[in-house]
Amino acid sequence: MSSKTKDKKMTGTPGFDPARRSFLAAMATVAGVTLAPGVVLYGISKSSPANAAATSDVRWGMLIDLGRCDNGCDDCVSACAKENGLRGFGRPDTDAQWIRKVDIKDPETGYSKSLPVMCQHCEKPPCVDVCPTGASFKRADGIVLVNKHTCIGCRYCMMACPYKARSFVHETLEDQKPHAPRGKGTVESCTLCVHRIDSDRQPACVEACSDSGGGAMLFGDLNDPDSEISKRVATYASQQIRADLGLNPGIRYRNL
Amino acid sequence: MKPITYSELKGNSKPFYALAAILAVFILIALACAYYMEHSGHHVTGMTNQIVWGMPHVFAIFLIVAASGALNVASIGTVFGKPIYKPLGRLSGLLAIALLVGGLIVLVLDLGRPDRLIVAMTSYNFKSIFAWNIFLYVGFMVVVAAYLWVQMERRMNRFAKTAGMLAFIWRLVLTTGTGSIFGFLVAREAYDSAIMAPLFIAMSFSFGLAVYILILLAAYHGSNRDIGNVVTRKLGRLLGIFIGTVLFFTAIQHLNNLYAAEHGAVERFILVDGGIYTLLFWAGQVVVGGLIPLFLVFRPASADSQDSSRDIILASILVILGGFAQVYVIVIGGQAFPLNLFPGMEVSSGFHDGVVSAYAPSFPEIGLGLGGVALAGLIILLGIKVLRFLPVSLADAAIDPHHKAASSKP
Repeated sequence: MSSKTKDKKMTGTPGFDPARRSFLAAMATVAGVTLAPGVVLYGISKSSPANAAATSDVRWGMLIDLGRCDNGCDDCVSACAKENGLRGFGRPDTDAQWIRKVDIKDPETGYSKSLPVMCQHCEKPPCVDVCPTGASFKRADGIVLVNKHTCIGCRYCMMACPYKARSFVHETLEDQKPHAPRGKGTVESCTLCVHRIDSDRQPACVEACSDSGGGAMLFGDLNDPDSEISKRVATYASQQIRADLGLNPGIRYRNL
Repeated sequence: MKPITYSELKGNSKPFYALAAILAVFILIALACAYYMEHSGHHVTGMTNQIVWGMPHVFAIFLIVAASGALNVASIGTVFGKPIYKPLGRLSGLLAIALLVGGLIVLVLDLGRPDRLIVAMTSYNFKSIFAWNIFLYVGFMVVVAAYLWVQMERRMNRFAKTAGMLAFIWRLVLTTGTGSIFGFLVAREAYDSAIMAPLFIAMSFSFGLAVYILILLAAYHGSNRDIGNVVTRKLGRLLGIFIGTVLFFTAIQHLNNLYAAEHGAVERFILVDGGIYTLLFWAGQVVVGGLIPLFLVFRPASADSQDSSRDIILASILVILGGFAQVYVIVIGGQAFPLNLFPGMEVSSGFHDGVVSAYAPSFPEIGLGLGGVALAGLIILLGIKVLRFLPVSLADAAIDPHHKAASSKP
């Protein structure tokens, strides 16, 4: 039924009351004036990622192309330390490490490679499963984090992580970066530079890798079929570390 | 058989106060160690980002496992209706609570943020076996306390069997939970197995009974009460069965792993070339904690009652030493073996990938662990002083209705 015929029918309906129509119009105006600012504000908040809640519409991930990752380069490691204020105390056994370069060699063939390993931001993270207080958690957009207010420092997540990705803060810290809260007696790991992601920037390691000309690390939304990362993982073979565990990490590797 | 009379220890002798003072000193040392660790950070301990659980966890797990096992003596009396064990039930409940408290305090004081214990009590992730364990441990204390009450309050005696059954089931679930802390670790090759739960249950039977025997004999000899051969020999033989059960589950655990080529490396590490862990496994757990005590409790009973009681005491001490070795190999050895991120590859990094991690227990860790043992000891000591946990006599004639008939036979 077209709106014209609808209007016709309505005006032709017995009992039509112009006062009722103007009342409804007035109410609509009032409702509009009341709701509009909220809708506008909601729109503004949605448009600003820094204020928006993380959503499962997005799955942040990374594709690391080892064909472009230099064996001797550790720019990603130093960029991470600088960005997050990680300083060593000259004690390699207890110093925190969020990302590291691992050298692998196939003893049968002699093939060797070096690759960066950090928190793999699993879809089914064992560290989150085992945490007694829920301090170890996964954000809706797939980033695995530690809530520094509820971590009791039991280190069960470190026992559970298959990637050795977590560190325990073994000493008193000072001058932490405001965007990367850390504290003695709690567990920490790569945050995927969540503070950068929330303000539309790339993780520090990815940026450093790109600045050095390597460009081995590609960051993006695995849920968005049009994102560069989604296109690449759809086109080329990529691997996950310990894929056999079924954890579906958000970090993928090419040419592993 | 006369009804069993229970009484408090007088607890006013010099040795009593000396023992209490020694235990108190150990507790104070443990508190100082905990403060030092929390104040300086865990870098002052032997624990690292590779060996994340150390000596405190060895002590805590031993005590928690022994706690559930110590309750078995009571269960055998009330749930399984063996009259000779009935007089032993009250002490069994006290030990269960005391050992659990001792173990938990070590675990809590080792936390990175022990001040946040309230968070652990108010904020739960119910998918975590740790969170379940918080309920299992607290619940265990409540259930065992109730069980003790119905045993000690004459008007409530008729509920003893029900309470005993509940406590028995609870303790099985509790030890299953403790074993599963390791069993659920899918990524660590030394764990990741359902056998951890029954293995821990067998360990609890053995460790708990060994501790029980030592405390029982110490309390009776220390307070000049009579304890006869019937009780000690019976407990000794039961200990033998439990030692055999632990060896059985250990054998199955390793055989099962050895069969799978993928676990060959970790088995080789524990059984052949793991250095201290291999030594502790074979010499500590298997020989000292297994074969020698088995021989001691099952060899033909000596006619001299002092000799046989000495054998059982020695066997119990060896079971405890072997038990510590076993828990050490499980907890520390299992972490020392490197995580296998890239199966089939040789791996190295600046973060200890692909290498066996070193660990040396530090004084603060051992001090804290011993404090947990001392706290359990002090709770038991004060418990038997203020409440009627111990029968006045455990002499053969007092507890065994068949004793006279048996002894009158040639």
